[in-house]
Amino acid sequence: MHHLKFLVILRFKLTQNNMSDIASKVRSIIVDKLGVDENEVTPEASFTNDLGADSLDTVELIMEFEKEFNLSIPDDQAENIQTVGQAITYLEANAK
Amino acid sequence: MRRVVVTGLGALTPLGNSVQEYWEGLVAGRSGAAPITKFDATRFRTRFAAEVKGFDPENHMDRKEARKMDPYTHYAMVTAEEAFRDAGLEGLALNGERAGVIWGSGIGGMYTVYHEFKAFFEGDGTPKFNPFFVPKMISDIAAGLLSIRYGFHGPNYTTVSACASSNNAIIDAFNYIRWGVADLFITGGSEAAINEPGVAGFNAMKALSERNDDPSTASRPFDLDRDGFVLGEGGGALILESLDHALARGARIYAEIAGAGLSADAHHITAPHPEGLGATLVMKNALRDSGLGPADIDYINVHGTSTPLGDLSEIKAIQNVFGQDAYQLNVSSTKSMTGHLLGAAGAVEAIASIKAICEGIIPPTINHFTDDPAFDPGINLTFNQAQNRTVRAALSNTFGFGGHNTSVVFKAYRA
Repeated sequence: MHHLKFLVILRFKLTQNNMSDIASKVRSIIVDKLGVDENEVTPEASFTNDLGADSLDTVELIMEFEKEFNLSIPDDQAENIQTVGQAITYLEANAK
Repeated sequence: MRRVVVTGLGALTPLGNSVQEYWEGLVAGRSGAAPITKFDATRFRTRFAAEVKGFDPENHMDRKEARKMDPYTHYAMVTAEEAFRDAGLEGLALNGERAGVIWGSGIGGMYTVYHEFKAFFEGDGTPKFNPFFVPKMISDIAAGLLSIRYGFHGPNYTTVSACASSNNAIIDAFNYIRWGVADLFITGGSEAAINEPGVAGFNAMKALSERNDDPSTASRPFDLDRDGFVLGEGGGALILESLDHALARGARIYAEIAGAGLSADAHHITAPHPEGLGATLVMKNALRDSGLGPADIDYINVHGTSTPLGDLSEIKAIQNVFGQDAYQLNVSSTKSMTGHLLGAAGAVEAIASIKAICEGIIPPTINHFTDDPAFDPGINLTFNQAQNRTVRAALSNTFGFGGHNTSVVFKAYRA
């Protein structure tokens, strides 16, 4: 019983970590690829309007997310990922 | 036609990362060759090259920009920046519509092509090419990026003629200025082919020296034991201006371009014509264009790559063109020190020729150990030591695979 409780807590913590891991990985990819400052990478920040990305940068970002989180983002979904927050939400929902 | 002068220089070479360091290396007779550090060359026939050393593009541009450029473009941006500053153009209100960029690169983004292909072949067949793959790889992108950097709206493109590429760029820029199409150009060239396919490809042709036990003496043009060229890399940039434009802004003038020549061997894809037919023609064309005679030239910076056939046919050609006057010339191959910068060779050798005029010093052909009886000993090949000499005019040859020959004549500027 004691054991089980411990496992439940552990699992909860891991999931929490996974969630924040995704957000922090997304942020660090954006910082790396767009050469922006970490504090500019707010959830509302738009890649093109706020973070200086052009159309090729945006394609590269999506590809980096696919690589990092080992998934394939269909084009019609990728079109809807235009802000940092949208990227995190999509990846938290879809990353394995 | 209008007169054209050189007002700015920039260089990134195996001998040093500025014109000053490059020239000091040339005059001192240093070799830029050493074991390859850019990749593991253990299993390669040639395991040394003349690499650019201590260069980090991020010291010159932000990481985001650097990441989107192939190394050949890094070299272009950094050498152009030096030349632009050197010419005193920073902060000037230039007429961008009258300023252009013509750059030379024999190969372009080979590093980028190689790594993108490698990733694809190592994958499961799903293409994951980077969206910057094409704009990084194409050999014209350096010219495009330079126009963006400096706001130059005039003629803009890249010349590709293998190892003659940057001489072709300089010649085109020279022509557009003298014809009145533009007033100012950033020109020159860059190359970054010291990578696995670059070395292995030239090795397969048996074009490279394999003197692995002694890289610094491997490039030995005109020596009996020469066994091929040493692969180099880097870039050279020149600011060319119409004389009027330069005078109007009080620019310092290094030298004037007197004329240029072009020709083709029409003989073989890689081997030079054995009698130096194309090389003879190109020097004749350059002299005719410059209005100078053989006796007016003091120095020839030869193509002289240190290959058995190439060196021979070029000296034959010089003797064809200069006759008795050949014995009054200083001839040297600075590739003995820099290695062969391929598409950037013309640009860095133009700089060597211009500095020879400005400084009154002929950079040497180093690594001469054994005379080759095939060469007329009356020709002064400037072996091993720089020589002092007043240089009124210098001719710079570069020849490329495909049989492309180019020759540019620089002369001391006189009002």
